Amino acid sequence: MAPLLELDGVSARYGPVAALHGVSLTVDDGEIVALLGANGAGKTTTLRAVSGMVRRAGTIVFAGRQLRANPESTARAGIAHVPEGRGIFAELTVMENLRMGAYVRRGRPDMRMVMEYFPWLETRGNQQAGTLSGGEQQMLALARAFLQRPRLLMLDEPSLGLAPLVTREVFRVVGDLNEKEGLAVLVVEQNATIALSAARRAYVLETGAVATSGSADDLKSNDAVRSAYLGY
Amino acid sequence: MTGLADGSIYASLALALVLIYKATEVINFAQGEMAMFTTYIAYALYTHPHFGQTLGYWPMFFMTLVIAFVFGVGLQRVVIRPLEHASVLTVVMATIALLVILNGLAAWIWSPELKFFPSPFPTSTWVVGGVHISKQDTGTFLVTLGCVFVLWLFFRFTKLGLAMRAGAVNPGAARLLGVRTSWLLALGWGFAAVLGAVSGMMSAPAVFLSPSMMQAVLIFAFAGAILGGLESPVGAVAGGLGIGILLSMLGTYVHAVTPELRLPVALLILLVVLLVKPAGLFGRVVVRRV
Repeated sequence: MAPLLELDGVSARYGPVAALHGVSLTVDDGEIVALLGANGAGKTTTLRAVSGMVRRAGTIVFAGRQLRANPESTARAGIAHVPEGRGIFAELTVMENLRMGAYVRRGRPDMRMVMEYFPWLETRGNQQAGTLSGGEQQMLALARAFLQRPRLLMLDEPSLGLAPLVTREVFRVVGDLNEKEGLAVLVVEQNATIALSAARRAYVLETGAVATSGSADDLKSNDAVRSAYLGY
Repeated sequence: MTGLADGSIYASLALALVLIYKATEVINFAQGEMAMFTTYIAYALYTHPHFGQTLGYWPMFFMTLVIAFVFGVGLQRVVIRPLEHASVLTVVMATIALLVILNGLAAWIWSPELKFFPSPFPTSTWVVGGVHISKQDTGTFLVTLGCVFVLWLFFRFTKLGLAMRAGAVNPGAARLLGVRTSWLLALGWGFAAVLGAVSGMMSAPAVFLSPSMMQAVLIFAFAGAILGGLESPVGAVAGGLGIGILLSMLGTYVHAVTPELRLPVALLILLVVLLVKPAGLFGRVVVRRV
């Protein structure tokens, strides 16, 4: 079966600086794939290349079609990208943020379904999104992305700035969405431990290229990966 | 009431300024001249040899609003969008260039002499409790704020209005949600142009149509916008109304303030506000982590 998302020899640059050198990876329907690596390895750039936020070369195929290189088209094609820093609209209310999630869809947003996974949002509708805690903002960003009803969810460093317990809660929800809704997930993480416990497969990036890849179990027992990213 | 009527005209133009500023961090210095130009277009419609006779005031008014909208969108697409990646200063210079061009163009096409512009309201007054209330002023106030209100409804309750607000707050995130922010900017310019046209058509009957008609109004509107805090639409409206009322009261009760002093007084108020509360009455001070 053809993969849902396929990158083939993707390169990207920020002005004169090349950030990615021929990255190739795949994400299948309904699976969680982790993208690991140190700071500056190119993980965020990879996600940005898929959404078209950065100039890229190489082939990117999603659901059998070439992806056009701009964020609006990516969203309409069925990819929800939660960027670094969550990208919530701080001055708008929680409810307004959620309504924006459903922008690409016709008809009214399916709030009931969102409340099933994020019940606490129900009482916070009118709260200004910028006043939520970091963990709550991450959850809001997830809920909003989910309202897009995407086939692929791309998460950039969801654990950033969050306490370990909160991070686990975030990944639990992501896991739920994956299992019950069949949502494919490509998650960029510096916290390799939690990423490898949630993902089925993973790629490790080093200076803009894929250094290692394999199933999560394989990578957990891989000595090089363990010493470099898992700290033991 | 005159203060409120004048104030509503300033409020409308101030809102136009804030609309564009909020979305692009650019002050559109040409906002007043755009308003003047569209008022001239209304004049051209009204005095057209063929259908000018049969065209009523309100049909002309609404046609002009539509033309203003298209004009605003067009200007954004043709003049401003190509400068998308240029510095703010470059774009501001472009708006100043636009100001000069529109001013010259209006004088060239229609000649700079004062022209009469019709008002839909009668010039009589009501007497309420011994006070004379001008029907013209009341009408101006209601129409202008009516337009502002309709725009508020749009921003508050429609999907597109929400998208425009979101795009102003965080354009990158909005694009990732499928919002075509570039087109929404054009839409913003269109709405700003409509607000300007309302301002112009409501001003013209009293000050007479001329290419320099909106220059003072722009300054008052700017003062109102800054008073209210440049990023706050509510502030813009409140600020515009405030300036109008303040100037009217000063003119009436403080005899030292002759009509010529109105403009300097407005600017003085502006200066004081900026010294005391730089973010304006409704603005917030934004602290950016570097």
